[in-house]
Amino acid sequence: MTEPAVLLEGVTKRFPGVIANDRVDLRVEQGEIHALCGENGAGKSTLMKILYGMQKADEGRMVVEGREVSFDSPTDAIAAGIGMVHQHFMLADNFTVLENVILGAEPVMRGVIDFGEAERHIAEVGREYGMETDPNELVEHLEVGERQRVEIIKVLFRGAKILILDEPTAVLVPQEVEELFRNMRELKSEGHTIIFIDHKLDEVLEIADTITVLRRGRTVATVKPADVTAHDLAELMVGADLPTPATSSSTVTDQVVLEVAALHVEGSETEVALHDIDLTVHAGEIVGIAGVEGNGQSELIETILGVRAPSAGTIVLGSDEITRWSVRSRREGGIGYIPEDRHRRGLLLASPVWENVMLGHQTKEPFVRNGWWIDPKAARRFSAGVVERFDVRTPSVDVPAHALSGGNQQKLIVGRELAAESMLLVAAHPTRGIDVGAQAAVWDELRSARKAGRGIILISADLEELIGLSDRLHVRLRGQLVADLDPAEVTPRDLGAYMTGAKEATR
Amino acid sequence: MKQRLLVLAPPIAAIVFALVVSAVVLAVSGADPFTAFGNVYEYGTRLNTLVETINWSTPLYLSAIAVAIGFRMNLFNIGVEGQYILAAFIAAQVGSQINLPPVLHVLTIIVVAMLVGAVWAGLSGYMKVTRGVHEVISTIMLNAIAVGGLVSYLLGIWDAPDDTSLDTALKAIPESGWFPDLNPLVGGGTRSDLWGFVLVAIVVGVAYHFLINRTRLGFDLRATGYNPSAAEVSGVDPKRTVVMAMVLSGLVAGLVGLPELLGNTHTYSLRFTQGLGFGGIAVALIGRNHAAGIAVGALLFGWLSRASGILEVRGDAPREIVAIIQGVIILSVVVAYSIAEKYKRVEDAKAAAAALGDVE
Amino acid sequence: MTHPAASNDRLPSLTRSWVRVLRAPKVNLVLLGLGGVLLLAFTEQFARIPTTDLASSGTWKIAVAWSIPILMAGLGGMFSERSGVVNIGLEGFLVLGTWFGAWGTILTGNPWIGMLFAVLAGLLGGLLMALATVTFSVDHIIAGTAILVMSPGIARYLSDLIFPAYGGSITQSPTLTGVSTFDWPILAGGDLFGWNSPDLLGWLERLNWFLVSHAAGIARGLVFQMSWLTLIGIAVIPASAWVLWKTSFGLRLRSCGEDPDAADSLGVNVYKYKYYGVVISGALAGFGGGFLSIQLSGLYKEAQTGGKGFIGLATMIFGNWRPGGTAAGALVFGFAETLRLRDPNAPHALLLLVTIAVGLFALRAAYRRRWQSAAGMAATGALIGWYYLTADRVPNQLPQVTPYIAVLVVLLFATRRLRMPAADGRIWIKE
Repeated sequence: MTEPAVLLEGVTKRFPGVIANDRVDLRVEQGEIHALCGENGAGKSTLMKILYGMQKADEGRMVVEGREVSFDSPTDAIAAGIGMVHQHFMLADNFTVLENVILGAEPVMRGVIDFGEAERHIAEVGREYGMETDPNELVEHLEVGERQRVEIIKVLFRGAKILILDEPTAVLVPQEVEELFRNMRELKSEGHTIIFIDHKLDEVLEIADTITVLRRGRTVATVKPADVTAHDLAELMVGADLPTPATSSSTVTDQVVLEVAALHVEGSETEVALHDIDLTVHAGEIVGIAGVEGNGQSELIETILGVRAPSAGTIVLGSDEITRWSVRSRREGGIGYIPEDRHRRGLLLASPVWENVMLGHQTKEPFVRNGWWIDPKAARRFSAGVVERFDVRTPSVDVPAHALSGGNQQKLIVGRELAAESMLLVAAHPTRGIDVGAQAAVWDELRSARKAGRGIILISADLEELIGLSDRLHVRLRGQLVADLDPAEVTPRDLGAYMTGAKEATR
Repeated sequence: MKQRLLVLAPPIAAIVFALVVSAVVLAVSGADPFTAFGNVYEYGTRLNTLVETINWSTPLYLSAIAVAIGFRMNLFNIGVEGQYILAAFIAAQVGSQINLPPVLHVLTIIVVAMLVGAVWAGLSGYMKVTRGVHEVISTIMLNAIAVGGLVSYLLGIWDAPDDTSLDTALKAIPESGWFPDLNPLVGGGTRSDLWGFVLVAIVVGVAYHFLINRTRLGFDLRATGYNPSAAEVSGVDPKRTVVMAMVLSGLVAGLVGLPELLGNTHTYSLRFTQGLGFGGIAVALIGRNHAAGIAVGALLFGWLSRASGILEVRGDAPREIVAIIQGVIILSVVVAYSIAEKYKRVEDAKAAAAALGDVE
Repeated sequence: MTHPAASNDRLPSLTRSWVRVLRAPKVNLVLLGLGGVLLLAFTEQFARIPTTDLASSGTWKIAVAWSIPILMAGLGGMFSERSGVVNIGLEGFLVLGTWFGAWGTILTGNPWIGMLFAVLAGLLGGLLMALATVTFSVDHIIAGTAILVMSPGIARYLSDLIFPAYGGSITQSPTLTGVSTFDWPILAGGDLFGWNSPDLLGWLERLNWFLVSHAAGIARGLVFQMSWLTLIGIAVIPASAWVLWKTSFGLRLRSCGEDPDAADSLGVNVYKYKYYGVVISGALAGFGGGFLSIQLSGLYKEAQTGGKGFIGLATMIFGNWRPGGTAAGALVFGFAETLRLRDPNAPHALLLLVTIAVGLFALRAAYRRRWQSAAGMAATGALIGWYYLTADRVPNQLPQVTPYIAVLVVLLFATRRLRMPAADGRIWIKE
């Protein structure tokens, strides 16, 4: 038996208050595609950052190609033949492909970058692995898939034999995923070893030779894809029976909460345009909106919320036409919002919990009196109620929000939006990046809000969540509605086909 | 207890560090630091020096409040300097040209100064929200345009013809436009008057505290400062808030030159005090944008600038050592705060993790 | 690089090739320069109130020299901001440079050593700024403000301590002697290995031909009686372009300003390059300060920088964080400063130039069917023209504040063309 490409033993990494990796073991054989699975927060990314020298393990040992190593920086890892493609691309937009690729490993002749040599080398890498690029194009002009190729070229340019790909498929549409898998197989046949992080289990089963599952910072199993099903994997990741997002009997009423008619929104370089959107949400109804990210869902939410102005069409909330209303009037008029990115849009991280409970409702009782004066006592009391009712684990309502764990931050946001009892709740990826326990709690809350007669718009990348919770499903592709589906009759596979345009609606 | 220590330790450490640096500077330039410090302390505790300290802390305090209003929403109003000089200048001219009964006269001057400050600051806010011009750049440019351009040009035109002194100055404001002094409070025996404008500064400080911490507008400002995207979806109109904050900041900035104008010089001349805008930035940093903290910072800087005069008199060192001390304090105080902040974050995270552990 | 040529398809081939030539960026630049010379010549010839020689070698020699401090501040700012650190402390570095330059010259009697002092002082200032912003992650604007507050204080403190002994005072140093000057051979009649070469441009200038002599005059301003320090200053322009865009050092430094996370992930030591950026920034600004006191003014004087650091920052902005544009901006402001010093009537004559220039821009906008901006510019032009016709003198303050107004105008109307480094001003902390 040959040496493993990578051998990690007892790797431990602590952050203040958390253990990200707790005595993790990992064995990756030469020339295999090794998948690393686990929930968000299971410690996959941290582990890979340690292997790539971006972070230093507190304990444990690393053996690469038979040699024990200790990396102080990515430079050391690169020298040991390891390269990493990060989940968020590490590319400077205003640099050319060439500049991005050679950065840190520039071919130099007498103090000057040898651009000719660099171009030749990039072309060679491209030819060898079937990844052609124009080295002089600015990265900002590239599509997502192309950027990912540039990232991989970057790694290969440095002569890496071991590639780490951190959730490479998260940003890709299915066709691009196929292209990526083709590239990965090509690399494997050339003798490269690939470690990739993923939690789309069907993908993992399709491409991986070996799968290691992490849970709460520990290695729980290393398996072969032939021996397991997706369900087995999921249970390994979660460590228990999977909760399901199913809704009980219908509570839909005929009272319309939101009526969007013939809505148009102009697009731009980075934003998708919306065409002719009609959408109705009833009290007691969850309307799911499915679509691959970047097909207009965010733009739709922002238009409903009032951050973005439509060029045509109307939006009616309850009995008021709110098309020209400000964000504040809309929020006061009864729109609650669970943002897709809680750090960017949901929280004031440096502010105490109670001010975060106010956020978005800072014009209303009990937070303010006489329309102007903040009442901190009442606000604290109310916040304590929210914390209690939605089981937000926090020492008090006075600690800053950044001290809370991700799941608790999310419960805080969900809690404050539900406690406000808005007529309409816009929930974007309400369970993204939180653990299973918190996820089940959020689902429960959404269900009870539905039962209480709220209208809910649900956007999620988790297809089971969408199908399980929604009363109706809209599928969007490139800013347009392509299908209306009944969640009771659709499988995730079909839904995926609609989302990517592989299947046309017959309505 | 620990919390309080975290708040107080950084500025104290910074001041101690600045003292050490200045001792070294003094020693290098041939003075005995301990004698020098002794002289400063002795002179600095005289009643007259304390009165002057309060006088000169007043404009610094107002300036720092103006800066802090911007800081609270991550806006850098580097332009307090230009705003207050232009405001004091215009207000001095208006005040000298009108005749009104005492209280009304003073009020008019104050209102004019605040409006001028607000307009000049509002310009930066407007340019930011309409054309995306960063306020740091626009306020730097507007400073130069106000001080080197407008004030300098108009001073040449409005220079009082009946003025007997050689100094280029506007016509003096008549006595009905003077702000009454508070000399009775200190027994009235001091060489310098205690300017009454300190009362206005106290009112502004209290108003600032309540505005920021206890009103919706203040919450919106702070929310925008912490996280503009989150503030926007919470219903804050980001553009309106930017302009509003700049205008508020400018209103206060307009007051900065008035303690001197209404309490002492009663005219604007080439010798009118400059640099209070930058001083205000320093004081706002030391006081961490809190109304009371800023007061402490303003008193400290005011005292340093007054008490240091003795160094020159006794021949220990040029009084400009104060600028060096102030610079060192600014830098070391922000460094100290940033270290304390990191420490606090770690502590908070530990506390929250502990709370989790209790339940699980 | 390929240019879309679709719109030229119907033109005859000869014209088409000309269009292509005319559209090339370098040709554009030359045309713009020629247009500028033409405007200057025209203004000099036809100004309503006679003015000095706007396009003579004498004027431009001084203009070039006066643009050096602005240029150095601008290029310094560029290095700092390319590495991601916003530097509003440039004015402070200039001040340090003026004082220490003067002191070094007094101590040793050698202006070269004075310049060394100036550069070192700026460098140390930069080091302090880097320590605060990079190591202690202090906000860049705050650190810059501290530098701004401290530098004049340091200069004044030291002046009082040191200059009186040499016959100076708390506000100024004794007079200083700068470095020697030279004429370029052939172009301006300098010596070449003992051969007294011809003064080609001088001959052209004296011919007094419209435009030709003007162009020669301006060009000769760049080559005669030039100090070695000016030459060094000018050489920094191509040198910094070369360093930033052709060497791996420059690529890494720029990567820290564009995307420090990406740079870090590739093993680039982001802190180190930010330090380099800020320290180079301080050294260049220090050079500018030393040049100002030693070479230009012949003494250190309090407040002599007069906002040149800020103007440098401004030229960097509308130079789009590039050396060429920064240099052009610095030259324009150096020229404005020169005219103000040489002839009080010159600013008035320049109003004519500005009127025509704005008018031309209005026409261009109209040609491109941007009616709104065309109308705006036409109105502005008319206003300036009206002022030119009715007033006989402009206030002294106007030329002084023109750079600041120009920056605001550029930022208000041309922001889209400007591209600052993506991570400029961001406090970056390694994970």
